[in-house]
Order: sequence, then C-alpha cells, then structure tokens
Amino acid sequence: MLEVVGFLGDGLWSAIQPRNLLLIVIGVTLGLFIGAMPGLGSVNGVAILLPITFLVPPASAIIFLAAIYYGAMYGGAISSITLGIPGASTAVATTFDGRPLALQGKARLALVTAAIASFIGGTVANLLFTGFAPLLASVALSFGPPEIFALMLLAFATFVGLGGDDIPKTLFSICIGLVLAAVGFDQISGEPRLIFGGISGFMHGINFLVLAIGVYGIGEMLWTIDSTRGKITSTEAKMTVKGAVSDAKLGMKRGWKGTAIGSFLGFFVGILPAAGATPGSLMAYGVTKLTSKNPEEFGKGHPGGVAAPEAANNSASTGSMLPMLTLGIPGSPTTAILLGGMVIWGLTPGPRLFVDQPDFVWGLIGSFYISNIFALIVNLSFIPVFIWMLRMPFTILAAMIFVLSVVGGYAATRDMHDVWLMFLFGIVGYLLRKLNYPVAPAVLAIVVAGPTLRAAAHAAAPNRPARGLTHSMTTAHRSSRRRINRRSRSRLIWNSG
Amino acid sequence: MRRAELIMAGVLALFSIYLMWKSAELEVGFISGEGPGGGAWPFWLSAIMLVCTGVIAYNGIRRKSPPSQSDEPLLDRYGWKMLLEVGGGIFGFIALIDIVSMYGAMCIFLVYYLKFLGRHTWRLTMMFAIVTPVVFFFFFEGLMRITMPKGLPFTEPLFNILYELIY
Repeated sequence: MLEVVGFLGDGLWSAIQPRNLLLIVIGVTLGLFIGAMPGLGSVNGVAILLPITFLVPPASAIIFLAAIYYGAMYGGAISSITLGIPGASTAVATTFDGRPLALQGKARLALVTAAIASFIGGTVANLLFTGFAPLLASVALSFGPPEIFALMLLAFATFVGLGGDDIPKTLFSICIGLVLAAVGFDQISGEPRLIFGGISGFMHGINFLVLAIGVYGIGEMLWTIDSTRGKITSTEAKMTVKGAVSDAKLGMKRGWKGTAIGSFLGFFVGILPAAGATPGSLMAYGVTKLTSKNPEEFGKGHPGGVAAPEAANNSASTGSMLPMLTLGIPGSPTTAILLGGMVIWGLTPGPRLFVDQPDFVWGLIGSFYISNIFALIVNLSFIPVFIWMLRMPFTILAAMIFVLSVVGGYAATRDMHDVWLMFLFGIVGYLLRKLNYPVAPAVLAIVVAGPTLRAAAHAAAPNRPARGLTHSMTTAHRSSRRRINRRSRSRLIWNSG
Repeated sequence: MRRAELIMAGVLALFSIYLMWKSAELEVGFISGEGPGGGAWPFWLSAIMLVCTGVIAYNGIRRKSPPSQSDEPLLDRYGWKMLLEVGGGIFGFIALIDIVSMYGAMCIFLVYYLKFLGRHTWRLTMMFAIVTPVVFFFFFEGLMRITMPKGLPFTEPLFNILYELIY
C-alpha cells in the first residue's frame, strides 16, 4: 500500500507540473462548454482534439484528454438544468429534477448540488481506482452478456418508477423507446429493419439525441409556453459566496444519499465494458428514488435527483478508464478513442502498462485528482454566467433553446432528416405530455437500449429455446472466460516485474 | 380531453400494428442455432405497445385516467395559436436551412421570434440575430470543425470569406 501512495505522490507531482497544469485547466474549461452544448459530448471533444495532443508528450496528451472528459461530465448538467435539454446522454437523468428546480427559481441550488456531487463522485472513484483497480478489473471481466443483460433489465425496472402512476402509459413509453432504438440496420443479422419504405435517413438508426432534444428541447418548451401562457419569469437570486455555501449545505443535506449511491454505483457500472456513464447515472437516479423516504418529490425538483446522476456520471467516467488501462478494453465510447490515442502514441494498454510505463499511468491517475479539483473550481466560477442566462426574458431564452435544439439535432448526426425527425418528436412529445404520457422512459430506453441491450440479449439468448438465460453460455465459452480471468488476474499484480 | 385520450390511444394502436407489420418483414421467431430473428425484438415490443393502448383506451372509457376525467380540450384557442406560431416558426426555420444555410435560417428565425412573437426592440432583436449565428459559426466550424448546411450556392461567396478567416 505504501508503494501505491508513493506512486500516487509521483503522479500528483507530475500532474502539477506547469505544462500539465495548464493543459488540465484548458481541458476542463473546454470540456465544460463542449459538455454543455446539446449534441456534443465528451466523445466529440476528445475525438476532435485528439490530433492536437500529438504536439505534446503522451503523458501530457492523455492528461489533456482526460481533463476534457472530466469537464464534459460536469458540463452536461448545465444545459440539463438551465435549458432542460440534456447536454449529453450522461446528463439525461439530471434533467428530471434539475429543470424543475430551475423553473422554481432554484437553478443555483441545482447547479451547486450538481458540481459538488460531481466532485464527490469523482473523488470516490479516484480513491477506488487507486486502491482497488486490479480486483475490480477482474470482477468487471467476469461480466458476460447474460449479466450485462440482467443489469440493463434492472435499469429498466427502475424506469417504471419514473413514469408516475399510469403504468400502461409508462410501459408504452419504454416500449416505443426500445422500438425506436431498433430502427436501422440490425447489428446482429446485418438486415435493414423498420426503415419505413426505404427512407435512407432511417438506415443509420435514430440517435438518442434526436429524440431527447425533440421531446425535451422543443416538446417541453412548447408545453411550458402553453401551460404558463407565456408568462414565465425567472426570479433567481444573484450568485453570492454566502448563497452558494448555503445552497451547497442544502444540496448535500438533501442529496447526500443520492451522492453516495451515485458515487459507488456509477463507478461499478462504469468499469463494466460497454456500459459507461449513461446507464450508471440512470440507475443511480432510479435507485435513489426507490430508496428515498419521499419518492413522490422526485421529478418535481429534489436535490437528490440532481446529485445521484451527477455523482454517478463522474464516478463512471473514472471507472470506465479502469478496464481501458488495466485490460485494454474500453468502458465507453470516449475511452475507446483514448485507447486509440494511446496506441497511436506507441503505448500498449493492458496489465503490462502499469509495469512498463508507471510514469504515464500514475501521471494520469494523479491528473484525475487535479482535474477533479479544477473542474469544481471552473464549474463554480461559471455558475453566475449560467444563472445570467436564466435571467434573460423568457422569449429570448425560448428562442435560444429552439436554436440550440435545431443546431444540436443536426450536429448529432449531420443529417437534415434527423432535424425533421426531431421536430416531429417535439410536436408528438408535446401532445403526449398533455395527455400524461411520460416521455422520460422513452428517452432512457433509447439511450440504454442502443446496441448494448440488444447485443447483450442476442448474445445471452440460448441456442435452444428451452434453456434459460443463466444457462446460456456454453461450457466452452465459460471455460475460456475462466482462463482469461485467471490470466488477467495473474497479470494484474501491481508493480511487480 | 377524454376524446383526445381515446383518439390518441387509437392512433397509437394503429401505429403499433404498423410497426408489428413492418417488423414481421424479418424473422420474428426463434431461429434454431442463431437465436431470435432480426424482427423479433421490435415485433414483440410493438405487441406489448398494442396491449398498452388497449388498456389506456379502456381506462379512458371508464374515466379512470386523469385526462379522461378532465373537461378541458387538448388544445384551446391559445394552445392552437401557440402551436401554429411557435411550431410553425420552427418548421420555417428548418425548411429555410437548405435554402439560406443554417446560420441564415437562424438569423431569420431569431428576427421572427424576438420581434414578432417576443415584441422586443429592433436593436435587441438585431443584436441577437447577428451575434448568435456568428458565435455558432466560430464555435462549430472553427473550433469543433463541424460543417453546418450551407444552403443554395448563392451563399458560397460569404462562406468563402468566413472560411478564409478560420482556416
């Protein structure tokens, strides 16, 4: 353990070198704005800025990209809370309680709670990462398709609780989200499916952002204008240090449980290959609501509903680095790009990385701690700007939300077909909302269902219908997995030559 | 609202049947040795949707759901006006993108929304209508290298000047 502390000290020292520190500050600031922009997420930021990192040594490059990743995780909450449009899939659950809080004039409380919960989630994940990486990596590796499918089903079970009292409408909403996720080429059979008369725009499927921006950006805004008769006004107090401290206390008092659940659950889901921060944040929200003494307050502006997904997505973003570094398996799309970057830089991710490149690995782990601190500082510093946005006259804010929705809808897939589809989802979402159909489960379903659930379901399905889910894996598959696990565990011995 | 609830349930039931029909173009059963067919996933989900719409309609007829207990119309006069003005504005915005570019359409939409719906001053309207597309252009095209639709060829000279600035 003392050796680990020593390596961590070296890593922290490396992270606070002037060049790395500057890259961390630039990275988290850029990430914050990229994450806050609907249609763009950490994956866009990291992919677009990857070529820039070839100008600096690999250790500094990965620190810069990790800082963008961190900043984007913080930034996703901003548009969810202030505009009601999830900045990224990882921030969809933040919208459920963040937006109602903003509409009640408590945007500062929501933003401060999100920032602090993100910081705690990130810190818990960093500590778990530092202390238990080898053990957790081997546990994550033991998750096969049936376990991933079961985990996804658990996530869906929590969605039912999000839909309110009308179970048939909630179930309908989940199913339509899952069906929309099935549009396009079937990844298993390679056949086109539900392309509605061969419309080419459906060939690439329906991106979750098209549905999310449609129902939350356009549909929700139409509903707000209709229900308030356009007379909505913001009464947000000014951002003061005293006010922020008081909000931080209140946010943590009511959101500590969500923060704790999100921090640990998010990390665990994050380390699972192909899971990532989105299912983690959704499950954290659902579990926090189910275990709350006042579940009926969720969805109406409960700080715990902001804290849980925000702690979880930050925790999961660190967690998803674990299988990438220790096993060479990306835990999310963003870490897949980071993995590609490491290969380009001449590094081989896997168990040997800790032995062969300790400066690189511990510099990166040290940068997680520093990035987390700077992300909190940068985020809190920009809260007055975000609150100023809310103080604008509603007609200006609404116009900007519509503009952001259209631009974000296009940026997500670069296809005008999807912009029209988003508009259609917006109008239908508005009408369904008026008839008490919950739209959140549909968005969550399309986010989680994507390829992960279907692929897991198909891979977990038994070849003979009579056999059950848990018996799905053939003996050969199981024994090969055991072999891999044994090999990986034996390799994952810290600092041994 | 009750009539709207029943009509919506009917429309969604028809949509569910349509989805089942389209899904059935692929194998919806279990293929021996391969697993579920390509259409199985959406087909059975659509079947569940169809059952749900039946229950929703039943609840509507029995006045069990909140919308079926309400006497208010789905869209009153204000709702229709708002939907036409705001929804129509967004429709126009999207339709103009392929003609005057994303940034041109954004400028026109902001003028329409801020001046004619928001009743703001011309000064404030023009400030937002010009600054917003410029900021979006430099963020998306300059920083993020995401190219937005340029519209018809007549916009090309303007974009050539702007691209000279960022490249």
